[in-house]
Amino acid sequence: MLLVDQTNDLSPDAKPRLPRGVRLTHNEAQGGWVLLAPERVFKADAIAHEILKRCTGEATFGGIIDDLAKAFPGAPRDRIAADAAALIRGLVDKQLMEI
Amino acid sequence: MADGTALTAPLGLLAELTHRCPLGCPYCSNPLALDKRADELDTQTWTRVMHEAAGLGVLQVHLSGGEPAARRDLPEIVKAARDAGLYSNLITSAVGLTAQGLAKLADAGLDHVQISIQDSDEASADHIAGYKGASVRKRALAADVVALGMPLTVNMVVHRANIERIEAMVDLALSLGAKRVEIAHVQYYGWAMENSAALMPTREQVDVALAAVERLRAKHHGAIVIDAVVPDYYARLPKPCVGGWGRRSLNVTPAGKVLPCHAAEVIPGLEFWNVREHSLSEIWRSSPAFTAFRGTDWMQEPCKSCARRDQDFGGCRCQAFLIAGDARATDPVCHLSPHHARVAALADERADVPYRYRVS
Repeated sequence: MLLVDQTNDLSPDAKPRLPRGVRLTHNEAQGGWVLLAPERVFKADAIAHEILKRCTGEATFGGIIDDLAKAFPGAPRDRIAADAAALIRGLVDKQLMEI
Repeated sequence: MADGTALTAPLGLLAELTHRCPLGCPYCSNPLALDKRADELDTQTWTRVMHEAAGLGVLQVHLSGGEPAARRDLPEIVKAARDAGLYSNLITSAVGLTAQGLAKLADAGLDHVQISIQDSDEASADHIAGYKGASVRKRALAADVVALGMPLTVNMVVHRANIERIEAMVDLALSLGAKRVEIAHVQYYGWAMENSAALMPTREQVDVALAAVERLRAKHHGAIVIDAVVPDYYARLPKPCVGGWGRRSLNVTPAGKVLPCHAAEVIPGLEFWNVREHSLSEIWRSSPAFTAFRGTDWMQEPCKSCARRDQDFGGCRCQAFLIAGDARATDPVCHLSPHHARVAALADERADVPYRYRVS
């Protein structure tokens, strides 16, 4: 579910969070993590899950990237930031994320 | 098992908690013979059903009816859904659900509310619902949903009496604070089939309505999501009914029967199992009603050799039975069906007769 559009950057101070009515949940029979919203279901792959679970409304975007870079030392920080921004932007457009 | 017959995990459960409803909408999707209150499943059984559904792969439960708020144990049922890890969607008429009642449901973990609105014109809306004062209640509950910070969907069923007011209906949904609006053309089964002559729009009205939806989607992009259920009767290709029989969803009736779709009981000879006697998993896997039209092995021509057979699964089985007289036939909405002309003929039967309201 990662979007390829990397032109939209997010402010490092933005605090992304899932709005009420959008929930990340795990279902064994569906094989993993899913993002649930009104009449919509999005499968979250491992990378999307790592990003989404950090979008608590408390952590800043910059903090989330620092944390991901620490958790995945093999991945270039720029790439992590671009992927996370694209995912979050895409969800904001669908009203599935608030910043 | 043959290709296409492989068992998939369902995503959605339609939980029809009761057939009781204060409204009498002439297009109601409930069966003509309604389940009685005394036959309704108890709280404990619904709780078990929620957990079994989640175990089977269901992610979202649609709490529906009738009017689900007619059940006093609705907060307990919502909590059971939440505890099971399900996303819960309340499909309500808003009549009989107070602001306090809604707050209790929110506390119990309700995720989303969908309110039906019959028309943007209040007098017309109350006439369609067969309930004076329904419009006022609906607008008040919509405000309560938004005040609690919950996502609101407005569902509007479209037919001859309101089809020319789609723009006003979308404007109303926006003014109520809905993030999503469903524009659903009537599906002609059950009560809607009884009232088809009074409900059926003209071809010209349908064309104007489809164009209006496209225009409104562009106009309100980012402000509200417009989901439209297109009218079958003027289509050339059938819809993949419920995403394919026994593939993505299941429906539990107030009395506990498990159906592949909410209208499936119109098909004679299908054997439905009940959650009182079987687990949901057994029913999904082996109940005769679910295996009857799962996959493609049951198909006849022209479906059997059709390139689209794994896309539309032959369309709607109920419509095939109701119009072609054979539940294994191609959905007559399909232009390849030998009975396609009957669909056009039904679409031309219009009469300004009073609605036959459902009673419960």
